Amino acid sequence: MEWGSLQNFIDMGGYGLYVWGSYLVTLFAIAIEIFSLREK
Amino acid sequence: MRFWKYSTPQNFYPAAKKIAAVFFVLALCFGIPGLYIGFFVAPTDHQQGEAYRIIFIHVPAAWMSMFIYVVMAFWAAVGLILNTRLSSMLAQALAPTGALMTFLALWTGAFWGRPTWGTWWVWDARLTSELVLLFLYVGFIALRASIEDPRRADKASAILAIVGVVNVPIIYFSVKWWNTLHQGASVSLTKAPSMASDMLLGMLLMALSFWMYSIAVSMLRVRKIIRDRERNSGWLNN
Amino acid sequence: MKPRQKRLLLIIAVLALVSLAALLVLKAFKSNLVFFYTPTEVVEGKVPVARAFRIGGMVVDGSLQRKQDGVSVSFSVTDTIHAIDVTYEGILPDLFQEGKGVVAQGRLSENGSFIADQVLAKHDENYMPPEAAEALKRAREMKLSE
Repeated sequence: MEWGSLQNFIDMGGYGLYVWGSYLVTLFAIAIEIFSLREK
Repeated sequence: MRFWKYSTPQNFYPAAKKIAAVFFVLALCFGIPGLYIGFFVAPTDHQQGEAYRIIFIHVPAAWMSMFIYVVMAFWAAVGLILNTRLSSMLAQALAPTGALMTFLALWTGAFWGRPTWGTWWVWDARLTSELVLLFLYVGFIALRASIEDPRRADKASAILAIVGVVNVPIIYFSVKWWNTLHQGASVSLTKAPSMASDMLLGMLLMALSFWMYSIAVSMLRVRKIIRDRERNSGWLNN
Repeated sequence: MKPRQKRLLLIIAVLALVSLAALLVLKAFKSNLVFFYTPTEVVEGKVPVARAFRIGGMVVDGSLQRKQDGVSVSFSVTDTIHAIDVTYEGILPDLFQEGKGVVAQGRLSENGSFIADQVLAKHDENYMPPEAAEALKRAREMKLSE
């Protein structure tokens, strides 16, 4: 898969909001879970 | 090897830390190539364009949401039958991760449905039964929280977990048994996968990564639960 | 109240809440178990008369027509046995295509056509690059012309 430019990659063929809206929330949820389980 | 040695919280506590470390590394070993293939190798889809790339987290989260529930119910049942504390602790440790996976499956599904189907949500059998799964996880956690004595919480929540297992095959087969907006399975044991091989490889790697991650965080959580429940027993402080 | 009774009350409250939630969902589940009806079921009169319902099927090739006003569209939905004409005012989803799956919600008009207030695209479970889809299509057409 050749994206050509970073702009194209972020744009996701017009579906950027939906693709990144899914991935960022997943990343955020995983970060919160790991943070909540840290051992002091 | 004396495997049973690890079936007590005291012996499992240090082991869980090692298991967590190993599985975090494994999650990265599968996740990094999975994401790379998902975004830079897998081609555009003929129907959905780039929107389909949500599949690389949606399907793994949905698979794990069902799988974790079955494992949780299994350990809850073992705890109920054999009266072993660690089994119930494992069930307790799995519930929040299972709930998280269910939430992610629903969330990414909404973000996928909006641009492709034209709606964030419909009350079809697949989506509704997955929502019921979230209620079961939340119910399990809430029931535990409402009972002060952990041993009694183990028993009560185990019954809820076992009864709720019925929902898992309903979710899985909903797209076969009823008319749904959600499409059928692309990957199953009974037929060849209906996906291009790079897409399939990316999805399977991500699924493995989610699996390894779930094991790792459950191990960290079981340590937290052991610290919590065994704080008065003395062995933790030395 | 003794702590023991308090605990019991709490458990009952939680269980009641959970079962209530489950009951509500199951109720929604029951009325939506038939998520959509097929055009054949519509023709045979097996659809609810009083309330809105959904029909599902394939959009007939060449049936999509856009009206002058720019927002109204009409198309036919088929299950390969019967076809129903559908009219709709609004934006069609990205994946709406002739020859592809569709689910429309609305009610039947007196002349037997379906007036939709929501149109959803139902896609299949096949994922492949456009070139592969093109090759498959060509192979199918060759088979048909033989």
